[in-house]
Amino acid sequence: MKTIQVYDPPMCCSTGICGTNVDPNLVNFAAILSQLAGQGVKVERQNLGQQPMAFAQNPVVKEALQKEGTGVLPLIFLDGEIYMKGRYPTHDERPVFFRAALGIQEEPS
Amino acid sequence: MKLPLYQPSAATATRFLFFTGKGGVGKTSLSCAAALRLVESGRRVLLVSTDPASNLDEVLETRLTNHPTPIAGAPGLDAMNINPVDAAAAYRERLIGPMRGLLPEAALRSMEEQLSGSCTVEIAAFDEFSGLIGNPQAVQGYDHVIFDTAPTGHTLRLMSLAKAWDQFLESNTSGTSCLGPLAGLEKQRVIYEATVRTLADATATTLVLVSRPQGAALREAERTSKELRAIGVGNQCLVINGTFETPCAEDQTAQAMQQRGQSALEAAADFIHSMPSYTVPLRAINILGIGGLRVLLSGEAPGSRPPEEPGGWTPPEMESLADLVSSMEQQGHGVIMTMGKGGVGKTTVAAAIAVMLARRGHAVHLSTTDPAAHVAQTLHGKVDGLTLSRIDPAAETAAYQHEVMQAQGGAMDDAGRALLEEDLRSPCTEEIAVFRAFAREVGQGVNRFVVLDTAPTGHTLLLLDASEAYHRELERQARSTQPEQVLRLLERLRDPGYTRILLITLPEATPVHEAAALQEDLRRARIEPFAWVINQSLLHSGTCDPLLQSREISEHRYLLEVVEKQARRTAWLPWQPEEPVGPDALAHLASSKLQTAMVPA
Repeated sequence: MKTIQVYDPPMCCSTGICGTNVDPNLVNFAAILSQLAGQGVKVERQNLGQQPMAFAQNPVVKEALQKEGTGVLPLIFLDGEIYMKGRYPTHDERPVFFRAALGIQEEPS
Repeated sequence: MKLPLYQPSAATATRFLFFTGKGGVGKTSLSCAAALRLVESGRRVLLVSTDPASNLDEVLETRLTNHPTPIAGAPGLDAMNINPVDAAAAYRERLIGPMRGLLPEAALRSMEEQLSGSCTVEIAAFDEFSGLIGNPQAVQGYDHVIFDTAPTGHTLRLMSLAKAWDQFLESNTSGTSCLGPLAGLEKQRVIYEATVRTLADATATTLVLVSRPQGAALREAERTSKELRAIGVGNQCLVINGTFETPCAEDQTAQAMQQRGQSALEAAADFIHSMPSYTVPLRAINILGIGGLRVLLSGEAPGSRPPEEPGGWTPPEMESLADLVSSMEQQGHGVIMTMGKGGVGKTTVAAAIAVMLARRGHAVHLSTTDPAAHVAQTLHGKVDGLTLSRIDPAAETAAYQHEVMQAQGGAMDDAGRALLEEDLRSPCTEEIAVFRAFAREVGQGVNRFVVLDTAPTGHTLLLLDASEAYHRELERQARSTQPEQVLRLLERLRDPGYTRILLITLPEATPVHEAAALQEDLRRARIEPFAWVINQSLLHSGTCDPLLQSREISEHRYLLEVVEKQARRTAWLPWQPEEPVGPDALAHLASSKLQTAMVPA
């Protein structure tokens, strides 16, 4: 089974709407994760504001934070490997991410 | 309209009583007086304040802590203060403390910032309520528990969504919600559910809506009533505090005051008759101490005329609003903000300043958050050089919500959508939305005057707080492209050559002390108020109504306190027989001068 782990920057709500600026990529990303979970992908999401221990206990995450600061968040892992850091997938990147998370091979372009 | 006096009795009082209402309506005095009545009929009562700006200490003349403290002179009465801001800080520390040394300093700082929002405070307050209501052991020694505040509709709706929220947690796709600030929610779950059940149980809980015989206060009470009723808090009653009848048929001031109150009650008649409603007559003195509280809910006639002070009383030197305007206009442009507790007249003072500046030939923009837009309406197109706009929190919030729901677009399941929609009803959402509008207006003051009234004290502070957090957020996000006026907001608020803040107060205990607290908070944010304005003073009103005369005398100490201890400059405004509307009435108000040479009658 595929796994996705997301280490979010501290947020008061998952949609980011309580922040000072809405990131539509974040809101749409949440929706995609919900779809993927519905299709059997194991999704784990951690928020620095609320599950800080998860950050401290993951050596890769902890090191990234120490070296690059909180700007490195969000960290998105696919099957234990860093898939993306510092941002959420954009509109154009979401289909690629979606297929990768379901283990569908990219067609050669 | 004839309504019975509010006289809660041990025979009919429920175990839990929540007093709720706009700032300044008298929640604290009434909850204390109700507690005292129950104690005096032999009950054991715990009185709890969860207001971050609690003045329970002042009213009870007792130093309180976050544990029950017996009140001298009222055996059977214990009181405690729970400060949700402190509770939120404690919660923050519980979360961050264990991470020190494990996570880099920058990560800890960003956690701290995120956990300083008003959602955290609101949920922390509910957590404190729940500790007393949902947990039978906590208050088993008391027959009644009285709160001088009540949970908001937003919090209670979140709690009733707890089930959906739980499913969310299990699937772990969506992280958190405004509920998130309570880690260990699962453990508290039983207590929260018991709390929500108790609040909806008419045999256990009464919601006492406290209001004043004023249009805005009654509308606010009606809104709260509907919102809480919709989520099951159905056992409600209304207490209208400070009703006034004068025996003096010839006294213009007293007659106008009586007439204003009666019109407000008539206008709200449907709401008033929709539930058990009571009145508490206006009292001559500020209600402090056990003796004062006993009088508040007694059947006694309102106070009689107090003795004259020997040799008369000479008021301290105070300026007129026009004097302040003369100083402020030197700059030729900039922002003028009126701040203070709800109901002190921020909008009226802002409008009077705007009219005066415009009449002196300046370009002026007046922006109000006045919910009824009443003052602004009366000025439309009437004054050359004056433009108007309104920050409507509801409209700003709706626009923001719409934007988010649009962006959110596609697939979310029902539970997700419900939580997103509730997130969008959070106080953070309104703050952010109003803040954007606020930053926009402040930026207008570069080449003209912008006069702003801001929302009541607590909210105003949150706005300023938000602007600070926003500022830091923007510095962090290098990729962010924000308009220049947003980036420069805090800098502008701190520049005494650009922004002048006027603290508005009434010559009464609570508004003065809250304005003083606000001044402290502003100073902590490195913002220095320009002057204080004392509004609606009865000094030299020439009233012959004994109650008003004695209120006039009780003003003396607060006038002195403001002039001598608090303010750099103080302007004085008289009580107006009619609400000043239209440019002439406002200009007249601004020019009112205290006749210091006048010998008191």
